[in-house]
Amino acid sequence: MLAFIIRRLLQSVLVMVAVGFIAFSLFNFVGDPVSLMLPPEATQSDRDEVRKSLGLDEPFYVQFGKFVGNAVQGNFGISLRLGRPVSQLLIERLPATLELAMTAAVIGLLVGIPVGVYTALRRNSILAKSLLTGSLIGVSLPNFLIGIFLILIFAVWLGLLPSFGRGDVTKIGLWTTGLLTVTGLKALVLPAITLGLYPVTLIMRLVRSEMMEVLRTDYIKFARARGLSNNAVHFGHALKNTLVPVITITGLQLGGLIAFAIITETVFQWPGMGLLFIQAVQFADIPVMAAYLCLIGLIFVLINLTVDMLYYTVDPRLRISGSAAGGH
Amino acid sequence: MNDSLKRFFDGDIWWSFKQHPLVMIAAVTALLCILASAFAPLVAPHNPFDLKTLNLLDAFTPPSWTTNGKAQFLLGTDDQGRDVLSTIMYGSRVSLVVGICAVLLAMLIGITLGLISGYVGGSVDAFIMRVADIQLSFPAILIALLIDGVARVALPKGMHDQLAVYVLVFAIAASGWVQYARTVRGSTLVERNKEYVQAARVIGRKPLAIMFSHVLPNVTGPVLVLATLHVGTAIITEATLSFLGVGVPPTQPSLGTLIRIGNDFLFSGEWWITVFPGAALVILVLSINVLGDWLRDALNPKLR
Repeated sequence: MLAFIIRRLLQSVLVMVAVGFIAFSLFNFVGDPVSLMLPPEATQSDRDEVRKSLGLDEPFYVQFGKFVGNAVQGNFGISLRLGRPVSQLLIERLPATLELAMTAAVIGLLVGIPVGVYTALRRNSILAKSLLTGSLIGVSLPNFLIGIFLILIFAVWLGLLPSFGRGDVTKIGLWTTGLLTVTGLKALVLPAITLGLYPVTLIMRLVRSEMMEVLRTDYIKFARARGLSNNAVHFGHALKNTLVPVITITGLQLGGLIAFAIITETVFQWPGMGLLFIQAVQFADIPVMAAYLCLIGLIFVLINLTVDMLYYTVDPRLRISGSAAGGH
Repeated sequence: MNDSLKRFFDGDIWWSFKQHPLVMIAAVTALLCILASAFAPLVAPHNPFDLKTLNLLDAFTPPSWTTNGKAQFLLGTDDQGRDVLSTIMYGSRVSLVVGICAVLLAMLIGITLGLISGYVGGSVDAFIMRVADIQLSFPAILIALLIDGVARVALPKGMHDQLAVYVLVFAIAASGWVQYARTVRGSTLVERNKEYVQAARVIGRKPLAIMFSHVLPNVTGPVLVLATLHVGTAIITEATLSFLGVGVPPTQPSLGTLIRIGNDFLFSGEWWITVFPGAALVILVLSINVLGDWLRDALNPKLR
């Protein structure tokens, strides 16, 4: 157990060092910080002085160490575009992205599980077949296009829902939430559906195949032999066992949702981290890019680490061959 | 040549093709899309990039079947008076070229690394596969976006627009090589111990020669199926990046760029500037995906 955890931790640290290194190279090799800070008419001695005061004359590894030290404390400098500390910007934007991603995940579970169960139980009904085909088409449609079509139908033609922004938000400490106002909830509908469509199709297909697998097992036959009702067999016995992989997959997808939120946020002008990142890329705002890179790297590493640990606790087979196979 | 053609028409694949009407529709659609974009300068009703033929008075003409439409602009015009149908033809050209080139490059990288990984083994294998594992835990589009974003910042301003297409191809390829590497590595591990490889080793052929002239032809089958399905994904990735404004420049628009341009006019009622390029993208990707899906099943002997 310990060896497994240490190896996973070590790998996570390596990934974070690699991500940090990319972010650091962005700062130091791509944008020249000295010329960014000085007016164009500055002399060479001015340049040298700034270079020294920034610590840019020090050896490479010292600079990298300092960068990591700052990054760990959340200090990424000041946004070139907005002129405000990057960490402050990210903290402001984080709630919007998290609320969007969580809502999408909830939609995925609430729609995906019942539809998946239905398509598994009524395998040959026309509705089940069309749901399955529909999900295939849904997967091959680009996400941003779905968003645009939703805007066109519900915002432009029908005028039912807002198509951009977050509506009115309530501030609770550092967190701003749009879940407590009517405009906030209305603004959430279209982006959440757009982002939630992919998890819906994924969870639905997963539940369907797991359910069909489980229904063939012996203990289901035994449950039927005991004379239990169809409902008790399907929902009390079969569904329960299909949910373990569903929950881990949903957990793993959460990172993907935060990443895909970049696209949804751009379509709906949702003021989250993804929109901030895209604007940073367009304006070559390096501090914001570097910080976002590190943050998203950290989120992914943490999620993967948690899921690995969960697998390890849930699946006893890993504990036996853990040292040989390492992973899942 | 005649012989192999005859063999093809007698073969399982052609038979399976004839059995699936949906696949036949998809094949015809994909072929039409590819032909229309390849011969865009010949078939397109207008040249949208020839500034002399553009007339700003034609801007925002709705599709020809609506009340204000004009017969010469079948699908209407955009904000600069460019014919939407023609921009779609030229746009799918960029989309297809970027998508196919990205897949070819991803194949090249993936196959090479997979062959080396499987054939050499040991710590080289462990290293390549570790990198692949790590990359696989991030969504491909995020990696493509990051590479593209970094290149955008790293390259000098003037150069970036010229190199945008190459950067895009590289970014998409670098985000998609892992599948190929994994597949090829798996089959290479099997092939490595077969007698023909041992024989080649005994007569003293160099490892590189064995890898590329003996092992490679025997591991390419599954790779081709992967590649067909990957073209669809690559086109979507390209469209997404261009839509986000970090793909090809507006002077050389792809379908994604066209959708981005049209998106600004959604609220003023000019829906056709977005909807038609969007529909073209969906039709193109769907038909390629249907073909890829069918090919995967048709080539899989277990499903016959």
